[in-house]
Amino acid sequence: MSTVVTEKKQGGALAATANYLDERVGIGGILKSFGRKVFPDHWSFMLGEVALYSFVILLISGTFLTFFYQPSMTEVFYDGSYVPLKGTQMSIAYASSLDISFEIRGGMLMRQAHHWSALLFVAAAGLHMLRVFFTGAFRKPREINWLVGFMLFVLGMAAGFTGYSLPDDLLSGNGLRIIDGMIKGIPVIGTSISSGLFGGEFPGTEIVARLYGLHILLVPALILIFIAIHLFMVVIHKHTHYSGPGRTDENVVGYPLMPVYVAKAGGFFFIVFGVVMLISATFTVNPIWNYGPYDPSPVSAGTQPDWYIGWLDGALRLAPSHLDIAFLGHTYPMGVLIPLVGSLVFLALVAAYPFIEAWVTADKREHHVLDRPRNAPTRTGIGAAGVTFYGVLWAAASTDLIATFFKMSLNHVLTVMQIMLIVGPFAAYVITKRTCLSLQRKDREIVLHGRETGRIVRLPHGEYIEVHEPLDKFEMYKLVDFKDYRPTVVRPNKKGKITVGSRVRAALSRLYFEDRIAPVTQSELTEAQSHDHSPAIATSNQEQLTK
Amino acid sequence: MRKSFNGSRRKPLAATIVIAAGLLFSGGGYAVATNVVESSVAPEYTAEQISEGRKLFLANCASCHGLNAESTAAGPSLIGVGAAAVDFQVGTGRMPGQGSGPQLPKKKVQFTEDQISLMAAYVASLAPGPAIPEAQYLEATGDASHGGELFRINCAMCHNAVGAGGALTEGKYAPSLEGSSAKHIYEAMVIGPQNMPVFNDANLTPEDKQDIITYLAYIDENGSAGGYELGSLGPVAEGLFVWIFGLGLIIAITVWLGAKSN
Repeated sequence: MSTVVTEKKQGGALAATANYLDERVGIGGILKSFGRKVFPDHWSFMLGEVALYSFVILLISGTFLTFFYQPSMTEVFYDGSYVPLKGTQMSIAYASSLDISFEIRGGMLMRQAHHWSALLFVAAAGLHMLRVFFTGAFRKPREINWLVGFMLFVLGMAAGFTGYSLPDDLLSGNGLRIIDGMIKGIPVIGTSISSGLFGGEFPGTEIVARLYGLHILLVPALILIFIAIHLFMVVIHKHTHYSGPGRTDENVVGYPLMPVYVAKAGGFFFIVFGVVMLISATFTVNPIWNYGPYDPSPVSAGTQPDWYIGWLDGALRLAPSHLDIAFLGHTYPMGVLIPLVGSLVFLALVAAYPFIEAWVTADKREHHVLDRPRNAPTRTGIGAAGVTFYGVLWAAASTDLIATFFKMSLNHVLTVMQIMLIVGPFAAYVITKRTCLSLQRKDREIVLHGRETGRIVRLPHGEYIEVHEPLDKFEMYKLVDFKDYRPTVVRPNKKGKITVGSRVRAALSRLYFEDRIAPVTQSELTEAQSHDHSPAIATSNQEQLTK
Repeated sequence: MRKSFNGSRRKPLAATIVIAAGLLFSGGGYAVATNVVESSVAPEYTAEQISEGRKLFLANCASCHGLNAESTAAGPSLIGVGAAAVDFQVGTGRMPGQGSGPQLPKKKVQFTEDQISLMAAYVASLAPGPAIPEAQYLEATGDASHGGELFRINCAMCHNAVGAGGALTEGKYAPSLEGSSAKHIYEAMVIGPQNMPVFNDANLTPEDKQDIITYLAYIDENGSAGGYELGSLGPVAEGLFVWIFGLGLIIAITVWLGAKSN
């Protein structure tokens, strides 16, 4: 890139343009510092990128769709080329969605690209979130960025749901009906909110236009803002890296943005774009023509939301239906309120986790080196419990399909899922935590005694030993570079009182760190090496003899 | 409150007469209506066909349905179910049933066309019942759009919007309609086999049934305009696909990209 030099540049049009821009907006300085930004290399760091690129595809394909989609619920008679709907009465919204699919050139591809990339967007964002969680990338100084990312995930769901409802087909209408029912189930204000949202009694003639405004304006604008903040904070914080020789909490080891990552990321965008287009061109997504126009009377079997709303649908399916409370002439439908409150609590816990963990560990240090999941057994266990909880709810959204496909009773599937929802997270926590601790023990063993080679050697005096191969430095670094926490004890505060808060904190801290495997220390390593079954058989032999 | 006032003016027989008239009216009306619905009188079967059919029945069906099709603990009575029921149940392989369960599944057909029609002749001879539908209603020449609307209103809640099937309670299910013959679809609507309700001719006229058959035939013949259908199962199949194949493929690529630099 150009520097701030006034003499005329050699090198043709590109250099001239660069110079022109540099002299006017100082782009050279910006690119110089930004281009030298270093990013570490690991495949799991690209998941967020996938979400970002899916969002770009969403913007492009979505803009195309707005050219032809009409958000009106005025009734018309369909006169397009799809035979089984000819002459059917439907809303303009549905008719224009059908026209995009059947009449507009490239419309079907764009509609499918939009839908597939939406599914991919939330999936990639979710997976990215899991990566961040399980590697502890949310720790100081990145707690706020975790919140921003969390907001992006929630906004992704909102964008998806508002878009899902736009075609005004039977499937999306059923989805809206469920939302309407949930809103109406909220005590006191529910019915007013519902009638405000739908402009009167469900379904009304307003909702599609309102959701359209949210879907193409407010929600994407918020997503863009949050993406900007998210990326800005990545630049401020610098990227985290996995442990390795020379990688510390004070540096970043990797390649510069310019030219390595600019080329890589640019290429990767086209790969993601290609994958989405390939899928969109070959696989049907949301065949709205199958479902017919929305009509409040029919509900098709197999009516489900898109996958990212599935866990909420599952919560509704698993909720007990006989616990409704009648109080002062009003009914409080627990079948709606338990899932509603439960899912909000779950989301709140996800959002608050970095702050909870920071409070429990009382760790005020900055962390730029990522944890291997096994080196934070309790966190990994908690994560596994959360994944299980979410996973059971998610699977519960397809109880009917599970029942028919595996030839089981729907009622049994529901009961098993209800039990799994309660028992599963605890089981997942215990199993994962114990597995992590065992893996840590194995790591410790490998660091201290090297890898078992399976080579048995007979010593001159007759003893047989197995030769252990010591680790090289790079590998060893990965296994020993993690922080050792200990449970905090209850201490009185300045006034000499032991508060409830400090008791809770001590209890949680015990839960986190009571069972732990400490990283191998230098002295332990030296000690181990001094009496090791290393390849230096002669030494080992002598030791044996002196003993 | 005003009991005494009303009672004093009413003859004791009045109530009885009113009830009798009401019963006569509604019962007679029902009889007329059901006659209209089941006017599809069985075609004439010869005595020889009936006796041949009876032999097949005794050998293959009587152990559950009784020697005179009068029902046993293991199977319902077949008196009055009509030829259509035999043609559907045996013609789709559901009968003879193998073992008891929440629902008898479709399986390989156990009898020839001729044998099925002989058994149908025997069962039809026991009492009037729905006959095998006339060929004119089985051609997919009706109004697919009207059929689609009727299908969504009457059938889709169990069979899914394009007949991919769905779950019912306690292990029962609405089977997929893909590849079902027009005759069997018509018969199923008329007889209401297993857990399916009956859609008689007062509910869905023969022309309506033909429209539904036309709609299903259109769906069967014309694949999805958007590409492979993923079983027409809706968002669950799509979500699984995007996680396993979409994101799976992309992760494979990220691993490849990440590995290149090392």
